[in-house]
Amino acid sequence: MDLHIVWFVLWGVLWAVYFMLDGFVLGAGMLHRVLGKNDLDRRVVINSFGPVWDGNEVWLITAGGATFAAFPTTYALMFSYLYTPLLLLLFALIVRGVSFEFRSKEEGATWRGCWDWAIVISSFVPALLFGVAFGNIFSGLPMDQAGYHGSLIALLNPYGIVSGLLFVMLFLEHGALYVAVKSTGDLSRRAESLARTLWIPLLVVAVVFLGYTNFATKLYDNYLKAPVFLVVPLLAVAALVGVRTLLGMGNTLAAFASSCVTILGVVGTGVIGLFPNLIPSNMDSLYSLTIYNSSSSEYTLQIMTGVAFTFVPVVILYKIWVYRLFRGRITAEAVAADHEAY
Amino acid sequence: MDVLTLSRLQFAITSMFHFIFVPLTLGLSVLVAMMETRYVLSGNEMYKRMAKFWGKLFLINFALGVVTGITMEFQFGMNWAEYSRYVGDIFGAPLAIEATVAFFMESVFIGVWAFGWDKVSKRFHAVSIWLVALATNLSGLWILLANGWMQHPVGYVLRNGRAEMVDFMALVTNPFGLLKFGHQIVSGYTVAGFFVMGISAYHLLKARNREFFRASFGMAAVFALVASIMVGVIGDFHAADVAKTQPAKFAAMEAVWNSCNNAPMHLIAFPDEKNECNLVSALPVPGLLSFLAFHDTNAQIRGITSFPKDERPPVLPVFLSFRLMVGLGTLFIILSAAGLFLSKNGLLEKYPMFLKLLVLCIPLPYIANQLGWLVSEVGRQPWIVYGIMKTSDAVSKSLELSQVIGSLLGFTLLYGLLGFVDIYLLAKFARKGPEESHVGATNAFRN
Repeated sequence: MDLHIVWFVLWGVLWAVYFMLDGFVLGAGMLHRVLGKNDLDRRVVINSFGPVWDGNEVWLITAGGATFAAFPTTYALMFSYLYTPLLLLLFALIVRGVSFEFRSKEEGATWRGCWDWAIVISSFVPALLFGVAFGNIFSGLPMDQAGYHGSLIALLNPYGIVSGLLFVMLFLEHGALYVAVKSTGDLSRRAESLARTLWIPLLVVAVVFLGYTNFATKLYDNYLKAPVFLVVPLLAVAALVGVRTLLGMGNTLAAFASSCVTILGVVGTGVIGLFPNLIPSNMDSLYSLTIYNSSSSEYTLQIMTGVAFTFVPVVILYKIWVYRLFRGRITAEAVAADHEAY
Repeated sequence: MDVLTLSRLQFAITSMFHFIFVPLTLGLSVLVAMMETRYVLSGNEMYKRMAKFWGKLFLINFALGVVTGITMEFQFGMNWAEYSRYVGDIFGAPLAIEATVAFFMESVFIGVWAFGWDKVSKRFHAVSIWLVALATNLSGLWILLANGWMQHPVGYVLRNGRAEMVDFMALVTNPFGLLKFGHQIVSGYTVAGFFVMGISAYHLLKARNREFFRASFGMAAVFALVASIMVGVIGDFHAADVAKTQPAKFAAMEAVWNSCNNAPMHLIAFPDEKNECNLVSALPVPGLLSFLAFHDTNAQIRGITSFPKDERPPVLPVFLSFRLMVGLGTLFIILSAAGLFLSKNGLLEKYPMFLKLLVLCIPLPYIANQLGWLVSEVGRQPWIVYGIMKTSDAVSKSLELSQVIGSLLGFTLLYGLLGFVDIYLLAKFARKGPEESHVGATNAFRN
């Protein structure tokens, strides 16, 4: 078996699972001020993902670590070329993490108001930046033998922005559905109704993205070569339609599940289109970073495969267990009474 | 100032800031786990309150430790792309393993612990903090194996224009990494021991919650004494290993300029880098340095002048950091032994000066930890990977000066602000003391 391909698949899976899991935390974080009319409601939103957000973020750390271990050249060039956007992403992730912890530690309205805004901004920035970054990776970065010719401004090209908007909309929808599923009463109803409203612009952005991808990227070439993979984008579209249908039927849990599939499908669509590139060059394909020219040695890939196939299943098992442990809706009364809550 | 200097400065600032929070996490997770275990075994509610009170401080500290850790992973690629490309084949592995094996476990079970008081059994709740402690220490193991490889590269060949891994077991059993891990872990435990002793002393001085803080103090004193003795013992082995593997660093640590056999240890010394000699060196103990390094009083110690000028670390900061660290380490053994003696005999409150001293000593183990890292990282310069890659060759080629100036300013401002808030909150909740226990109720307020 070609370990390069195994690691390409793992790489895609790590990113997809990360976006599926942190997507609802980012979305709920962006929305918690809008959905929560008072402090207690906002705390319900934050506590709805309180026990799991940190574990969700680890998928990103692992995606980064896996890129380093399996494709070190891609890791080195991707992180240094995208220095400024990654820096902003880093700042946002740092602020977001401490905001959850710090917010509840003082009573004052100013204190909490500040951290509320910190949460909104530090949830929006990663959603947008991940979208912009992946949009640019899909369309290729300007690199040749002399190195990188891009800049922060150049990343904000129309396709990058559409892709950024797509990520923001996907996570907003995902977050609204999550809050609808995890909360009760008015808060849950508001979240559900917002999810219906958000679905229309999400659909518009998704359609624009899919159409634009045909012109801005070479992602669809792989699908022409192997049409069997079309099942992934079709699944993503079906799941997106499913979100609205299931919402119409009043089944928010199923709609949330469908939103999970949408995110997995969208990331999968992009990653399959990239193969065998990790980061294509839009100047000369000779300088594209592929799973072959940027990978670790066969020996390292073997070791890392052993590690991944031993530990990732264990991780998945206890992640499922912890989601089951904290399943069910969170009520305002329970948050108010729980002195360990955020 | 160039990209290289600023990138080095940024790495120093971000890693030292990260390391304000890590040692306490390493040690306090274990201490809280011990407290909760006593609760489970004895059923004594006081130990539950102890786990909750110290656990809350743990969480406030933990938050900043976790998020500043992400910076470390990103920076290798962002600022040190040439390094990452050259050694990623072997260096990336322990980082990825750390995330997979340790970070997931740590993050999932800290959620269970913080939010699961009523969701899981008493027994399993204690297990979850033990899992957090295990994961935290495991993450230390993998990151120090990674650092140990940079200090003393093993299990690789230079091939295809980079360092490629050929022996994973050599990486995992690298004595340098394992000794460093041992030394670091118990240093973290020392930080936690003095943290708990210091805050307990503060409350005992105010005569509040006496039984609670006497018990906390007693546990922390044992913990700190055992840990600080282990720091010295493992540190001694570690230094002897450094003498073998990184003779230039060892020479700088001890300010030995000229190679000699039967090298004495000067109890008082002060290096003069310009003239390549010591301004002062007094009170020699004959042969002690040779003995400490090689367990043979006649062994040869290489002097700094025996290394080419471009392969020498800066001597003064390494020498001073090392001396100060060793001095502090000795102080920790004395203080924790005294603390344990007074605590065992119920004499703590008879010596308010001692309690005040312990409050003031809270920062000292933190400082000792930072000094240790200064010795370790400054002492291996100019190498980023000892003997095979220089720091100056490791920096990203694509970076522009303005980018690094911007990021350095950003980190300084953001970290400064968050560090201030974190320490404010730690102090606030440390001062406030434990929540009162109410009969029957699931006890009082938070929010």
